[in-house]
Amino acid sequence: MNKILIYTENFDGKFKKSTFEAVCYGVEIARQAGTEAIALSIGDVAESELINLSKYGVARILTCNNPMLSTLDNQAYAAVISQVAKSEGAGIVVFSASNTSKAVAPRVSVKLNAGLVFSVSGLPKSLNPFVVVKKVFHGKAFADVMIKSDVKVISIAQNSFGVRENTTEAVIESISAGFDTSAIKTKVTNVEKSTGKVLLNDAEVVVSGGRGMKSPDNWKPLEELAELLGAATACSRPVSDEGWRPHSEHVGQTGKIVAPNLYFAFGISGAIQHVAGVSSSKFIVAVNTDKEAPIFQAADYGIVGDVQKVLPPLIEAVKKLKSEV
Amino acid sequence: MKILICISNVPDTTTKIKLTGDNKAVDLANVQWIINPWDELALTRALELKENTANAIDKVTVITVGNAGAEPTIRKALAIGADNAIRVNTDPKDAWLVATQIANAVKSENFDIILCGIESSDYNGSAMGGMLSEMLDLPSVSSVSKIEIEGAKVKVNREIAGGFETVEPSLPFVAIVQKGIAKEPRIPSMRGIMMARQKPLTVLEPVAADALTGFVNYEPPMPKAACKMVDADNVAQLVDLLHHEAKII
Repeated sequence: MNKILIYTENFDGKFKKSTFEAVCYGVEIARQAGTEAIALSIGDVAESELINLSKYGVARILTCNNPMLSTLDNQAYAAVISQVAKSEGAGIVVFSASNTSKAVAPRVSVKLNAGLVFSVSGLPKSLNPFVVVKKVFHGKAFADVMIKSDVKVISIAQNSFGVRENTTEAVIESISAGFDTSAIKTKVTNVEKSTGKVLLNDAEVVVSGGRGMKSPDNWKPLEELAELLGAATACSRPVSDEGWRPHSEHVGQTGKIVAPNLYFAFGISGAIQHVAGVSSSKFIVAVNTDKEAPIFQAADYGIVGDVQKVLPPLIEAVKKLKSEV
Repeated sequence: MKILICISNVPDTTTKIKLTGDNKAVDLANVQWIINPWDELALTRALELKENTANAIDKVTVITVGNAGAEPTIRKALAIGADNAIRVNTDPKDAWLVATQIANAVKSENFDIILCGIESSDYNGSAMGGMLSEMLDLPSVSSVSKIEIEGAKVKVNREIAGGFETVEPSLPFVAIVQKGIAKEPRIPSMRGIMMARQKPLTVLEPVAADALTGFVNYEPPMPKAACKMVDADNVAQLVDLLHHEAKII
């Protein structure tokens, strides 16, 4: 079988767990198919970081560090990835499921005449024909999707495969962009980034509030709990629509889809669209005054009660636990 | 300036998903069809941009790939305020096929800005907008939560981990948009609905193209175990369960 190429996305020069997860996935397919897995990094990543990819079983590590590629241009990134896929004879190109892969993977698929399946949630059910499983209707069903083209492009849903170490002697090889970077047609003119905050998409624990919080002024204890747990804060759609919290915190079908280990829903009734955005969480805790609220059908643990009365003793109990361990 | 919005016809997001008896398809009988939520926000933003006369936007066009059943949805886009509509008359089997049809339909139309939603709320493919931009050989910016026109320049905000970047693409370009692009989708007015009947809706026959992916089987999600309830007067027990039973904190 043809080789497996994994695009290893970096964030400010560092790889995240989702990148390593995509690597492990690609390495496992390569093992099953009896071929090799190659990692491709684009942008400025130090050798000391690149070599971390060898912990997860790749045969080779390619790096394309061109100053014109320090910010994302979808056309340029797609050109680099598809060229490498062609020159290496890749049969499958693997991405992690991120904003960047949403931007770039479809373009790569066109360049390679390859069918694309985004957000695959497990290993292929079969390699020939190539069938993968993914969630559709935001988790209301699973679908087996067959890719019929010779070359395949897939992205791996976050936290769906896990990371396992498997160290190799992979060496780092520098490659050139192989195209005219002066033809890049987008320019990044400003970057605004909050620092020190736990990012919603990376968070292992998410603490989320809904309309039952009653007022944007009531978020203090929720933020305190989040800080204690090293969690990201989130909210339901009515809360972001009211402007109580920023849109970037909206979790649900039309907002962010999250898959943390632990999701707290405070004062969230659990509309079908909200549950669709959080149903991949390992554990869901719901606190709501209405014992009939649909969120309790999605939750693993629940408390019927007012969030403002439940949060203070909850914070105390977490503090006590943290002081003991 | 001319703006195109690509519209996907999807089941209402509150739809309970049922599978057919053999699990080979989703049972779409009696489903209420809507404009894909992100496409609807994109249309709303395009109309806001057009209403600002400083922007000199001549035309807002909507396009969908679908059978006659998709017509009420594209008519709704006209009722909301699009000037004209195109429907490519074929079953939208996968993103590749849809992008191929749209690329063919608009390649000589010279749209300056093409807006696509970041995914469709049914099959969550996240692929069509990116494929379309590559087929048209246009620059694209994805995860766009804001779009402004300043003279001949377009500025967009792209979400990145922990914040956003302001990106200036050269025109024409494709913006793949997400939540935040417009505050709330517009609802058609009675006047809008009346006017929509007079607006041009062009039906194009498809070009020959194959889908590269196909759904072969579906499964319902695994049933969830019952929720374990903790008394509101004994909140500490919840922490105890999360620590000892779930081993998650």
